[in-house]
Amino acid sequence: MTRSNQLSRYLVLAVLLLASVYFLAPVWWLLVSSTKTNTDLFTGNGFWFAKFALFGNVHQVFVQQGGIYWQWLANSALYAVGGAAVSTLIAALAGYALAKYSFRGREFTFNSVLAAVLVPQPLLAVPLYLMFSGVHLVNTYWAVLLPSMVSPFGVYLARIYAGASVPDELLEAGRIDGAGEFRIFATIALRIMSPALVTIFLFQFVAIWTNYLLPVLMLANDHLQPVTVGIVGWQAQRGIGPTAVPFNIVITAAAISAVPLVILFLSLQRFWRSGLVAGSSK
Amino acid sequence: MTTALHERTAGPARAAGARRTGRRRRRGRPVALFLAPFLIPFAAFYLAPIGYTLYQSLFRMHRSGLGLTAPTQVFVGLANYATALGDADFRGSLLRVLLIGLVQVPLMLLFALGLALLLDAKSTLFKRVFRLAFFLPYALPGVVGAIMWSYLVAPGLSPITTAAHHLGLHLNLTSDAMLAPTIGNMLTWGWTGYNMLIIYSALQAIPAELSEAATMDGCSAWGIAWRIKVPLVRPALVLTTVFSIIGTAQLYNEPAILHNVAPNLSSTYTPIYAAYDAVNADNFNAAATESVILALLAFVLSFGFLKLVQRKGAAL
Repeated sequence: MTRSNQLSRYLVLAVLLLASVYFLAPVWWLLVSSTKTNTDLFTGNGFWFAKFALFGNVHQVFVQQGGIYWQWLANSALYAVGGAAVSTLIAALAGYALAKYSFRGREFTFNSVLAAVLVPQPLLAVPLYLMFSGVHLVNTYWAVLLPSMVSPFGVYLARIYAGASVPDELLEAGRIDGAGEFRIFATIALRIMSPALVTIFLFQFVAIWTNYLLPVLMLANDHLQPVTVGIVGWQAQRGIGPTAVPFNIVITAAAISAVPLVILFLSLQRFWRSGLVAGSSK
Repeated sequence: MTTALHERTAGPARAAGARRTGRRRRRGRPVALFLAPFLIPFAAFYLAPIGYTLYQSLFRMHRSGLGLTAPTQVFVGLANYATALGDADFRGSLLRVLLIGLVQVPLMLLFALGLALLLDAKSTLFKRVFRLAFFLPYALPGVVGAIMWSYLVAPGLSPITTAAHHLGLHLNLTSDAMLAPTIGNMLTWGWTGYNMLIIYSALQAIPAELSEAATMDGCSAWGIAWRIKVPLVRPALVLTTVFSIIGTAQLYNEPAILHNVAPNLSSTYTPIYAAYDAVNADNFNAAATESVILALLAFVLSFGFLKLVQRKGAAL
């Protein structure tokens, strides 16, 4: 390798390292801060450890306000698992039908689904709130669960994947053997589509777990809130007053709430990458 | 919903006309049953809210002077639109989002493109590690990232202003003038990795022979990047731009959470924030109107951008 090549190689490395510092330093600060006492947060080097108080902080997060953090995590899990499971199943059904049957209105249906992918979600939250308050669904689990069950992006992905990977011959063979359409779907198509289904589930799970505007509008009762709404409620107390949640507890709570997602991302890398690639090949 | 089936493959096996109609009828019903579980909630939780918003934006609640009788809803045509557009706060929020988008989106996408090109270069070391590092912010919930940044810029708590202070600089990242750059930074930090991954995936799909041939012809690494790779990942760049425009239009979490450490940030800072504020003030018609205006603006901008690049693409 020539000298200038070697030089440019180190230059590239330096640029990438600098970018990594930009992306990682804030997360490092969050982790370091979750190990500090509230007073140590305001003194000394923000990016290095002081008195190690992580276990005390974690304990405090889970007993604060009568241990409501457990409830928030459970609520988030309920919304994310329930919403993602149902939306994945109905997206698989609809995507499969759109890919494998031809019927009048097929393209129109698919184009409406595609257009819906581009509708900014927060715009739907306000009218949904108004509609749900009319039928007394506000402040119930259903207020967040029901809208979470629809994933136009999931239908898009399921259609693309079913169209590309489920062979017509296999379906035809099933029909000749006398299997019903649902049996063919459940025993043949669903199995072939399973990688796409994991991707759809993952994306919808993340979208629901990280959603903030819809649940904050719908749920005034803090026992129904997901963890995102809960910790912003703590942050909004600004650490002022004797009953306010201290900053280090808010930081620790925020860090804990990110753990399930980071684990999910790291363990299922293959699947979220395939989802992003599908999104970009439109 | 129409579910008349057309046979996809006409083979000798299904020549018999009677059998064919029987099969057609039998298979028409499954299509409806396959689609209904999605289409019914889709209509209820996607289409209905859109229709309801449009409807609400044309009405106004009239309360009698004493407020003793129930308020009545009156049709006011486009009057709500005139009110919303005449409202300096709302106009300001639209302009603010437009400005943040005009500066932040190109900067972020250039950054993402640059990182993707560097990661795609053959001789780059530790690609996997870097890719993970850049993508980590996307794996954090947006709310957690926003809370984290709110403390990272909060006066008194911010390690950034402390460091600047040691250098003799007096920095206040939550002052009125710094709010927009601070929010722009939060967005850039959160979304560069996501956009980079989309562009990177497109780069990976380019056949290696193309750059090899160009190298043989004496093309430099820069030349290959600009003349071959960037034009080939154009669809990915268009897509990330459209997604970013839509994302900027719906800006809400970051300013709302930043507000908790920066009380000077107004509750009409972005259009969604303004609409949410109108809901809290029980003015649903104003909230609906502002939502429609914002949706139209996002649609015109993203669609206009698509048309623009399409025309340019055709001319090339």
